[in-house]
Amino acid sequence: MSRQQPLEGPGADGDEAIAAAGAGRAEVLTGRPIRVVVAKPGLDGHDRGAKVVARALRDAGMEVIYTGLHQTPEQIVRTAVQEDADAVGLSVLSGAHLGLFRRVLELLVEAGAGDVVVFGGGIIPPDDVATLEALGVGALFTPGASTREIVAWVRQHAALRHG
Amino acid sequence: MPIPPLPFDPASLVEAARAGDERALARLVSVAEGGGEPAARLARLVPFQPPASWQVIGLPGSPGAGKSSLAAALIGVYRAEGRRVAVLAVDPSSPYSGGALLGDRVRMQAHGLDDSVFIRSIASRGHLGGLSPALPDVLALVAACGYSTALVETLGAGQAEVEIARHADITAVVLAPGFGDAVQLSKAGILEIADVLVVNKADLEGAEALRRALEQALDTAAGAGDTAAGAGGPSRRLVRPTRPPVLRTCARTGEGVPGLVDALEHQLAALAASGELARRRRAAVVARIEAVWRELVSARFEDPTARARLDDLAAGVLAGDLDPYSAARQMSGS
Repeated sequence: MSRQQPLEGPGADGDEAIAAAGAGRAEVLTGRPIRVVVAKPGLDGHDRGAKVVARALRDAGMEVIYTGLHQTPEQIVRTAVQEDADAVGLSVLSGAHLGLFRRVLELLVEAGAGDVVVFGGGIIPPDDVATLEALGVGALFTPGASTREIVAWVRQHAALRHG
Repeated sequence: MPIPPLPFDPASLVEAARAGDERALARLVSVAEGGGEPAARLARLVPFQPPASWQVIGLPGSPGAGKSSLAAALIGVYRAEGRRVAVLAVDPSSPYSGGALLGDRVRMQAHGLDDSVFIRSIASRGHLGGLSPALPDVLALVAACGYSTALVETLGAGQAEVEIARHADITAVVLAPGFGDAVQLSKAGILEIADVLVVNKADLEGAEALRRALEQALDTAAGAGDTAAGAGGPSRRLVRPTRPPVLRTCARTGEGVPGLVDALEHQLAALAASGELARRRRAAVVARIEAVWRELVSARFEDPTARARLDDLAAGVLAGDLDPYSAARQMSGS
């Protein structure tokens, strides 16, 4: 089950559901701080990057929910649901990014949270970046990316969700 | 099987949340947090009708005292009793950026997949006192959705602790060795609001000394049945039917946690028997109405007609025809 590009908004059935739900959307979401879950899935224990990004997002006025290390995709998606997050950022340096990102995307859709935008970072080879973006990961920030760039991306795409 | 994204209108969200849809509950918490007219509409849809077994446990304490770890350990015990548990972890928003880094879940992820545990991080969003103004609304929501225990974890010293004590049925102040001596403790207002005092990290050096210091402070402070001096009028005072017990816990190993749950239940029963629990719940509602009333009054300051009138009165004061006190009285009479 592949995920629609978040850039184009949720999938067709999601669009209809949102349209049917009517005007409450903007009223509820407009003006609230963007809420982002920053998560470390899988087995690697290198959380410096995740913490730097979490701080940068906080300093940009967002509410950042940090999950800590060694999270399963199930835990991350449950966190995103309970926290009513607009975006989920995943940091993977173990090499298991393909499986982990894919699973998080699948579970989000299954949980009815397919409109949550997903981004990520870590040591991810260029070929895999293309694969992940095709799966529905909105953006990937590999070493050298600036926090400013990440903040700008999250702000723009979470705002799209806010509609 | 994908579920379609949620609607946003409160009525269908409330219906879904009551039926057990956690996404709907999570979104309603956002609605409550957002305040304004949507929150008011939501409050009309969700009157506060807690189940008979409802309990709100406040867990204030200094950063690093182990509140989140203790909350995680408490979840375990309450779940074993068959209770559904909601954890509301309140952290301050940055006064500079308005953002917040909410990390309390890190310690609770062991319960992250339990269907009967709802964990939500809440930023204070600039509210003085460190608590979210939406907290009472969120408590009403989780009560309506079938949770019987609410754990409210909050940072706190002084004012913020007093505020959590106003919204909780019972308050367990969490302390750990290494955060100052008994003088610091009495300064921070800890003794006034605690129904139970918890010395966490009991495996660390200094835990026993801290426990003794607390007992001594209790000896010299108000005795059983005395009122604690809270800010504001007598309706806000906490009355403790018994002396607060001082308990040692180690959240990491779970040691002492069942004893803490017993103590909380014992104290809650005493509060209920003495009528203090009912009085506290009423005082919490009074505080909530006051807060909303204050918001309504503040909103009048933004009214363009009132602003224009204010401007005219200011001209009068400048011309020497009027003094600021009389002008303000005219404004509030309008």
